[in-house]
Amino acid sequence: MPKHKTPMLDQLETGPWPSFVSDIKQEAASRAKNERKVEYQIPVDVCDDLLGVLELSYKHGRTHWKHGGIVGVFGYGGGVIGRYCDQPEMFPGVAHFHTMRVSQPAGKFYTTKYLMELCDLWERRGSGLTNMHGSTGDIVFLGTTTPQLEEVFFELTHNLNQDLGGSGSNLRTPSDCVGQARCEYACYDTQALCHDLTNTYQDELHRPAFPYKFKFKFDGCPNCCVASIARSDLSFIGTWRDKIRIDQKAVGAYIGGELKPNAGAHMGRDWGKFNIQKEVIDLCPTQCMWMDGKELKIDNKECTRCMHCINVMPRALRIGNDRGLSMLAGAKAPILDGAQMATMLVPFIKAEEPYDEIKELIEKIWDWWMEEGKNRERLGELMKRQGFHKLLEVTGLKPDPRMVKEPRSNPYIFWKEEEVPGGWTRDINEFRKLHKR
Amino acid sequence: MAFISSGYDPNNPMKDRITDIGPRKYDEFYPPVVAKNKGKWLYHEYLQPGVFVHVSETGDEIYTVRCGGARLMSVSHIREICEIADKYCGGYLRFTTRNNIEFLVSKKENVKPLVDDLMKRKFSGGSYKFPVGGTGAGISNIVHTQGWIHCHTPATDASGTVKATLDVLFDDFRNMRLPAHLRVSMACCLNMCGAVHCSDIAILGYHRKPPMLDHEYLDKMCEIPLAIAACPTAAIKPAKVDLPGGQKVNSVSVNSERCMFCGNCYTMCPAMPLADDVGDGIVLMAGGKVSNRISAPKFSKVVVAFIPNEMPRWPTVTKAVKKIVEAYAKDAHKYERLGDWAERIGWERFFEKCELEFTHHLIDDFRDPAYFTWRQTTQFKF
Repeated sequence: MPKHKTPMLDQLETGPWPSFVSDIKQEAASRAKNERKVEYQIPVDVCDDLLGVLELSYKHGRTHWKHGGIVGVFGYGGGVIGRYCDQPEMFPGVAHFHTMRVSQPAGKFYTTKYLMELCDLWERRGSGLTNMHGSTGDIVFLGTTTPQLEEVFFELTHNLNQDLGGSGSNLRTPSDCVGQARCEYACYDTQALCHDLTNTYQDELHRPAFPYKFKFKFDGCPNCCVASIARSDLSFIGTWRDKIRIDQKAVGAYIGGELKPNAGAHMGRDWGKFNIQKEVIDLCPTQCMWMDGKELKIDNKECTRCMHCINVMPRALRIGNDRGLSMLAGAKAPILDGAQMATMLVPFIKAEEPYDEIKELIEKIWDWWMEEGKNRERLGELMKRQGFHKLLEVTGLKPDPRMVKEPRSNPYIFWKEEEVPGGWTRDINEFRKLHKR
Repeated sequence: MAFISSGYDPNNPMKDRITDIGPRKYDEFYPPVVAKNKGKWLYHEYLQPGVFVHVSETGDEIYTVRCGGARLMSVSHIREICEIADKYCGGYLRFTTRNNIEFLVSKKENVKPLVDDLMKRKFSGGSYKFPVGGTGAGISNIVHTQGWIHCHTPATDASGTVKATLDVLFDDFRNMRLPAHLRVSMACCLNMCGAVHCSDIAILGYHRKPPMLDHEYLDKMCEIPLAIAACPTAAIKPAKVDLPGGQKVNSVSVNSERCMFCGNCYTMCPAMPLADDVGDGIVLMAGGKVSNRISAPKFSKVVVAFIPNEMPRWPTVTKAVKKIVEAYAKDAHKYERLGDWAERIGWERFFEKCELEFTHHLIDDFRDPAYFTWRQTTQFKF
């Protein structure tokens, strides 16, 4: 017998997509039964009360979670999000319902052994509810009480060799795509770079010293499966600077219909016979491809590596061999001044351990942002406020047409005194000798 | 419920404290076939919706069976995932950025039994536990935020709107009939911790009423200068307010005409709540992308200014989303993303084909960049 009636939520149990309501109910039932004889450290009926308060929100059309609440683990300024219910008498099981962010392994690969250990810990010391994963990438432990925070942290670090992730004005937990672990498009080892930078900057991740949040994300190629270009202050996107490798025999096999275009991704509809001219060559944004008899030719110097031809014919075309990554800066979601896409900052840099050159750049950017950034100002907003020139100045990077979509269309250049021969100081009297008042 | 210590000593928090160890190292969790073939993969191929194989230059293969999941998962559910992965995958699996579960299979003969097993498992209410799909030219899982489950600023629920939408789009999760892949994302307020602003279709929670002012408590609960500084349109000013009891307190005033309902003030000051059952609802955006394929990444555009919250299934939202998907499926060229299609046919045609009303709310009036979204050419369609 459920603790609270949830007629509206019950309607979300039907339909084919996995129902989170059914899953929470399943967990509520499991806690009530307690077949594993778990010594629950937070209220047994936490899941029932979560359903109850959610049903109330469905009734009121408003959230019932209070604002903020500063809780955390000793010495860290992030990783825990305080959360309190605004109807604690009705729903005592979720009166405190704090989130803990657990730093996920790069690439989000897991063994069942490790996941089961996480489950055991969170069933005992928390609600047993998680997000796999949160938007930023962390494993999210959803809901526990204040006294359990240190206990969970102690067990994580001592028994599971596992740390918390970032929140607040910190480096947020970096995240990456599947990369070279299972993708032929990856131009660098996203997991290696993600893990290295995550560990190098543990202090920045745990102790808030920034004006606002800061995100790193790592995409292995310009397909951008983790959306780094849209949502990270520094985006690392794999690329190459030599030639697309061509297997002409496989090109022939695509033309002949033996191989399915786009790796079979369009099999749900009959799109007709594959037409390399129409589906690849004519869609190339730089028009740098053509057929020479039965051979596909690419003018690689003109290629902008958009990935379309490679995506369509993965068995015939492969990324180049001289690989590295592009660094883009300043992306963010809309608050406050509208959304911003990341801007090309370093067109090409090698991604090789120990990544000194990359780290040097990161630290120069942080120095500037920490010095000049206002409270709650993202890097992209500072770039807008102080200008791209300032970013070039602080990083010491040389201006490059690859950094802009087009040159400026106004001539209002803020010339610096040292750029103009003779400087700003002039003698008005000398001037007047030749120009009467 | 006896308290059980982990070993942590509250009187001596630094004793044996371990900090800054970071996440577990990724390669502890690689299946052997990944450890052996990392960086050596040659190509991949979709075998059926939700199932694909990667082939290595060593000749090794890895089969991936992808299935959708509500990103909110209980430990019971995760244990069931583990039981499946132990049975078919030697105990290895991964999750995707879009909250899908990927079972990694090194033996081809395990693929079919695994898929059959996954599709048989259902929750008591009847929904699939592990629907296989989410690949290629179809619709993958909807990434989303916390909503009313756990957040203090949402303008709608996240898990519920996503469940309702994916029920409607389910066939396209299980199929690959679209011109290109179509990404749907959901964020329950403008903070967009889910960053939905570059999705083919974005479902966004939005407030429409300026904050209420809890004058009696405002100065006690908030740093007034921070609340003022938080406002992007400078709509908030300091104010002295007379309480009904005759007491004079420091508080703020809000110029409601300048308010864009972003909620940033509430983030800084809990005495300025915005949430409202009638004021809050959903904005639909369309045509964004993050991939650099063919065209540059682009933002989603607002195509429906407001839809009220209709619990528990948001039928007006799901109907509008479905209409956009169907119009795109019918009309776009092969490989063409939704935003590229809208730009090719023109936005006037987009609204016509999707049967959406174009209202004054959809014309940008927020700051300088707005000007450049107005039409500055004689080229348009009747």
